Amino acid sequence: MTLLEVEDLWVKFPTRQGIFEAVRGVSFSLGKERLGIVGESGSGKSMTGRAILRLIRKPGIVEAGHITLEGTDLMQLSEKEMRKVRGQRISMVMQDPKFSLNPVMTIGAQMMEAYLLHKNTSKTQARAKSLEMLKAVSISDPERVMRAYPHEMSGGMGQRIMIAMMLIPDPQILIADEPTSALDVSVQRQVLDIMDRLVTERGMGLIFISHDLNLVAEFCDRVLIMYAGRVVEVCDADRLHEAKHPYTQGLLNSLPRIEDPRKHLVALKRDDAWAEAPSVSGVKADA
Amino acid sequence: MADAPVTTERRSTAPLFSWAKPIVFTLGSVAVTMLGLLFVTFIIGRVMPIDPVLAVLGERASQEAYDATYKAMGLDQPLLVQFFYYLTDVLRGDFGMSILNARPVSEDIARVFPATLELATIGIIIGVVLGVPLGVVAAVKRGSWIDQIARVVALVGYSMPIFWLGLMGLLVFYGILGWVGGPGRLDIFYEDIVPARTGMILVDSAIAGDWSVFRNAFSHIVLPASLLGYYSLAYISRMTRSFMLEQLSAEYVTTARVKGMSEWAVIWVHVFKNIRVQLITVIALSYANLLEGSVLTEIIFSWPGIGSYITTSLLSADMNAVLGGTVVVGLVFIVLNVFSDLLYRVFDPRSK
Repeated sequence: MTLLEVEDLWVKFPTRQGIFEAVRGVSFSLGKERLGIVGESGSGKSMTGRAILRLIRKPGIVEAGHITLEGTDLMQLSEKEMRKVRGQRISMVMQDPKFSLNPVMTIGAQMMEAYLLHKNTSKTQARAKSLEMLKAVSISDPERVMRAYPHEMSGGMGQRIMIAMMLIPDPQILIADEPTSALDVSVQRQVLDIMDRLVTERGMGLIFISHDLNLVAEFCDRVLIMYAGRVVEVCDADRLHEAKHPYTQGLLNSLPRIEDPRKHLVALKRDDAWAEAPSVSGVKADA
Repeated sequence: MADAPVTTERRSTAPLFSWAKPIVFTLGSVAVTMLGLLFVTFIIGRVMPIDPVLAVLGERASQEAYDATYKAMGLDQPLLVQFFYYLTDVLRGDFGMSILNARPVSEDIARVFPATLELATIGIIIGVVLGVPLGVVAAVKRGSWIDQIARVVALVGYSMPIFWLGLMGLLVFYGILGWVGGPGRLDIFYEDIVPARTGMILVDSAIAGDWSVFRNAFSHIVLPASLLGYYSLAYISRMTRSFMLEQLSAEYVTTARVKGMSEWAVIWVHVFKNIRVQLITVIALSYANLLEGSVLTEIIFSWPGIGSYITTSLLSADMNAVLGGTVVVGLVFIVLNVFSDLLYRVFDPRSK
């Protein structure tokens, strides 16, 4: 079942040198699956995530044939209607919890706010729900964490809190924008496992944005590879090594592999034609 | 691994002590700062090439009278001993006698400081109430017409001499339109009607319930206070704007938007909370500036405040009065600093 369908998405920024196109005609669909978007810095993967939530601020411009969430075209919604989509139906976890949590508000206040914005209930109810969510992300002393401020938390805890906070109104889609890139390697796994468990349990769709090819291959069902604002290749995660596009192959070859040690890693050779080739569609035909 | 226990640092000190420590520390640093201030102002007063004896006796006094007074004033003692005497006097609230009018300096200050306090307080209220929202809106609607207006308002505030604006204000609003009272704190037939309890006429007349005096005092204070308010507004709105712009690009703002909050809730609930601490500093500094007494404003509006008091005393070599005034202004600065420090602790959890 398709949750979200994006067709011909463009994100543009007017600059003094002319219009800069960050995303150029990207199309894909998302079911109840884990969809990875991989690419180097500036390939437009984060912008794609933010454009879905219509979070590109002026003077940035978002254009799309349509961004359909279960039959509703998000591009047609008013800002007020869009606010009901944000958080409640599509949510997002960002890179570094040090910056994505408000430093002067308690974690409890921030979590309860996320719930109260969309549910018409009491504060007691919101509190109970927040505690429950914190437990769900394996925080063992939720009462104390509720009273604490973000700077008192470690990075891994902060990111688990972020996940709990973003899932509290039960959204259908979670966009995870480099959710583990700012974390120590030792806690990355833990955070990913928690996120995976919650997303699967709730039957959500996940868009996992990362620059880490191995991580995405291991963690996702399907992968879009982006280059210069376009999707250059779409493949199933477990068949990533069969990728045909020279960019994907180049990326794979530039990574060290423990089972195949090499003296020299191959540097990626770029071809201008990649940027010009039309975007590959990531729309999956409904079964 | 997923169920690793949560560890946050535990405070090692007992709660009572951790509360008392900053208070003791603050009071201690206030005392040391005050002592330093007194010492420096005292030394400056003494090294000035003004003979305090002649200032009292006049230039035609005999040598015997001169020597007697010299001794009576304690000037034959070493400087440190003199400072010690001055210090003990100041601690009792005695700043010595004014040479100009032979009254205790402390009485003069008790008269002029409330006048400045009243003016500065209304000025800063105007500056904050208008300046902060203007800065916030200018940052949020960056580049819009409202941002341009804020820019022009601030530019005029920075670059226009205050005495000129004051004179023009008097000319237009008092001289031509007659909307406000003229210079001075009251019209002459309203003077000495309400008993001076605080020395602030607005407060005194409100306590006495005499609203005709209140109205008259208000019509006199509104122009100079707006003028001072305008100058602090210019500064406060610019600073608010730049603090806001800095915060608006932070990631937690995106988080709040992702949650589905309305833009105004994002700004006032999330962003504004983060600029409060910086704003407090700016507001405290502006307020302290106004409390020092804006000499030009006080002179143009014949406002008997501490700024014109210190200036007049200085011009007539009345060092006791100058020292007393300086100490009071210094005290105001220190108190405001301590106060903004305390507010920091309340508003910024990271400072604990």
